Amino acid sequence: MSPSQSDTAFVEFIRVQKSYDGENLVVKDLNLSMPKGEFLTMLGPSGSGKTTCLMMLAGFETATHGEIMLDGQPINNIPPHKRGIGMVFQNYALFPHMTVAENLSFPLEVRKMGKSEREEKVVRALDMVQMGAFGGRRPAQLSGGQQQRIALARALVFEPELVLMDEPLGALDKQLREHMQFEITGIAHNLGITVVYVTHDQTEALTMSDRVAVFDDGRIQQLAPPDELYEQPQNSFVAQFIGENNTLEGVVQSIENGVASVKLDDGEIIDANPVNVSKPGERTKVSIRPERVEFNKARLQEGAHTLKAEVLEFIYMGDVFRTRLRVAGNDNFVVKTRNAPDAVRLKPGEHIEIGWLPKDCRALDA
Amino acid sequence: MSDTAASGPVMSADGVPLKRSLNRALRAQKIRALALIAPLLLFVLITFIAPIADMLFRSVENQIVRETLPETVQRLGDWDADSGEPPSEAVFTALYADIFLAAERKLHTRLGSRLNYEETGASSLFRKTGRRVDRFDTDIYTDQITDLDPAWEAGATWAALFEAREARSALPFTARSWERWTDFVINEEEDDPLEEDVPDFLYTALYSELADGAGAGLDPRVDQVIDALPGFETVSVREQFLDADEDWGGADIWRTIQTYSPAYTSGYFLNAVDMEKGTDGPQFRPENEQIYLTLFKRTMFMSMVITFSCILLGYPVAWILANLPARTANLLMILVLLPFWTSLLVRTSAWKVMLQQQGVINDTLVWLGLVDDGSRLVMINNQFGTIVAMTHILLPFMILPLYSVMQTIPPTYLRAAKSLGATNWTAFWRVYFPQSVPGIGAGSILVFILSIGYYITPEIVGGTTGTFISNRIAYHISSSLNWGLAAALGTILLAVVLVLYWLYDQIVGIDNVKLGG
Ligand SMILES: Nc1ncnc2c1ncn2[C@@H]1O[C@H](COP(=O)(O)OP(=O)(O)OP(=O)(O)O)[C@@H](O)[C@H]1O
Ligand SMILES: [Mg+2]
Repeated sequence: MSPSQSDTAFVEFIRVQKSYDGENLVVKDLNLSMPKGEFLTMLGPSGSGKTTCLMMLAGFETATHGEIMLDGQPINNIPPHKRGIGMVFQNYALFPHMTVAENLSFPLEVRKMGKSEREEKVVRALDMVQMGAFGGRRPAQLSGGQQQRIALARALVFEPELVLMDEPLGALDKQLREHMQFEITGIAHNLGITVVYVTHDQTEALTMSDRVAVFDDGRIQQLAPPDELYEQPQNSFVAQFIGENNTLEGVVQSIENGVASVKLDDGEIIDANPVNVSKPGERTKVSIRPERVEFNKARLQEGAHTLKAEVLEFIYMGDVFRTRLRVAGNDNFVVKTRNAPDAVRLKPGEHIEIGWLPKDCRALDA
Repeated sequence: MSDTAASGPVMSADGVPLKRSLNRALRAQKIRALALIAPLLLFVLITFIAPIADMLFRSVENQIVRETLPETVQRLGDWDADSGEPPSEAVFTALYADIFLAAERKLHTRLGSRLNYEETGASSLFRKTGRRVDRFDTDIYTDQITDLDPAWEAGATWAALFEAREARSALPFTARSWERWTDFVINEEEDDPLEEDVPDFLYTALYSELADGAGAGLDPRVDQVIDALPGFETVSVREQFLDADEDWGGADIWRTIQTYSPAYTSGYFLNAVDMEKGTDGPQFRPENEQIYLTLFKRTMFMSMVITFSCILLGYPVAWILANLPARTANLLMILVLLPFWTSLLVRTSAWKVMLQQQGVINDTLVWLGLVDDGSRLVMINNQFGTIVAMTHILLPFMILPLYSVMQTIPPTYLRAAKSLGATNWTAFWRVYFPQSVPGIGAGSILVFILSIGYYITPEIVGGTTGTFISNRIAYHISSSLNWGLAAALGTILLAVVLVLYWLYDQIVGIDNVKLGG
């Protein structure tokens, strides 16, 4: 499974652009390639063009530029109903005048499938989402979670190889959501289908996906597996958007042996991993995850740079402690420590020194 | 748990049963709600419910015969209409009294018009008779009775006679006639009956009753007349009527009077469905006199055609409107509503200009060479004209509900259907259309009910073949003044609409009708 090789690609966006009004590009130069069987999530803030991409793939919007390929074929000129792509809509779009079974049977009917075969597939699809007993109900007689399952079953019943889901869990409460996340990934892996999943919930994206495409401003900012995305954000947007993050601003002074030394705006100097900076004099945002900050000197590498910090707030969160510090003029510098037996509970007003491993401290674009 | 026993009523904090304090709290709300709707309720009651009730009542009401000819109706009760003979002298005597009083009060022509609906010629018969009735030769009874005792000339004598209950029960017909006459003089002439000349018909009535052997021993003066009876010169009241108009000698007018003597009649309704009361029960009128059933059928048929045309023309428009961005849709909506801002008469007349033989459309067709100048199309003053003009006028009533229903159908349904493999047509037909049916239902009910009772447009552009039942109703209200028939036609129309509504409810379901979100 090597996503970069385009000859194994199942879904491919090649230099795709999209504009609705002829003035603004909603999608700018999108390149994306997915192998068969991958679960890819498009994650990004509202209005970043995720739904637009999905709609172009499904055929409801046309790309203003570029090519979209499905299984090696360009599909720009294939109408939606011939693409054979399953789709789960945000508001489920279950047909209100049909029963659940009729809803599921609809895609099979339009494919002119025989009655007995249809019934068999409907039953199987309903059983798959554990809704076997609800075939006779109308969508309005189902709860949100149940409707969601039916929408999923309907998108899968005609056995598409590619399924698109646009924020399918957006309307559910947290608990149900987590449960459904688990079920959807389970079903997707069991059936071996390729899934493009849209969400703006990063936890959902991280827990469900093989790879996540982080969208902003019509571009993919980073396309990577969840761990890589979290631990090695490629730019400051991704760093900010995924998980919690501390940012310190400064100027690169030198880059030597893969270590950049950054002079922060209040004059202190720290070491950082140069990800997005190439030469001295560049402005940079240095990003450190809260759980990678260390204030136990003993655990720090020898010769590591340390910074002075003042404790502003201590929050007990059960499994972790969340401590807010003032560091280099930044009042929102957060440190997370595991609630281990030997963990130190800092008190507001205390003055401490903090540090980190240079590789955890990423110098990104400003 | 709480101190209220599980079995007893729940008490509120002050010990009053909860139900009662709840009711008290709700009563104020109810009164306020009632006060708010009261003005409209009154308005509707006075301007809508009451007229409808009145119309329903008028369609069966038939007091006029029994009120104008009370004595005749009573005596005609056991006349056998099938005999083909006119009734007995006694009935004619009663008719004499009735018509005399009616003519005095100028009511006979009204009765004539009423009976004319059922029997042609009744109107002129009553008018003629009314003119002749005070010149009947019955004054010989007056002369003979007053010759016996001049006191009979004085109203006071009659008044004194009928003071006594025995006299009233012995000579009921005369007594009642006297009473009706005095009532008339007092109430309508505003005179003193005792100072008026006693009219001839009362002497005739007295004679007829005495001649039947009634009234002996009541009063010396009456006895005196009874004693003199065998020598009386007589005159046949029947002959007098036949002199006035021969029709009184036939059975037809009598049968009509007898048939329509009850206070309530199904006659108007029978009329309204082209039937009449024949010798043995209701029967259809001769083919050439049937108009209403044809009109009803035509009204139904054309209303359906109009409704259907409205659906055909309105559906695509509503679809476009519902799928456009709100701003454009609103602009176009104004165009749809534009007809509402133009007078109905102007619009209908415009169609007349457009469709007439020398009109715009014909001119264009001739100019294009599609139609020969000599054979210009007849598109106005017929059904076609009515259908075209009314479809145009009623179209907004179809588009508006369709639009507001379609607006509530999210476009994602169509997308979902297509993503499931449906072609554009299948997606529309299987997914979109069923959801727009409530709009079609609402629009159709509106358009159909409006068109079924439409009046102005068919009147102007309908000619003879394109008129509706409502035009006939209007004719009976304003020209022929046969309000009873108009009411019966209206009632049938109302019933038809209600039946159709019920059918619609059975087939489509009325909760499947939406005027909007
Ligand atoms: N039909 C349309 N016409 C014009 N502009 C549109 C249309 N649909 C979307 N847009 C614009 O395109 C941009 C991207 O929209 P899109 O729906 O793809 O965002 P999204 O990433 O799905 O956001 P969300 O998370 O809120 O669903 C937005 O700025 C939006 O205003
Ligand atoms: Mg979206």
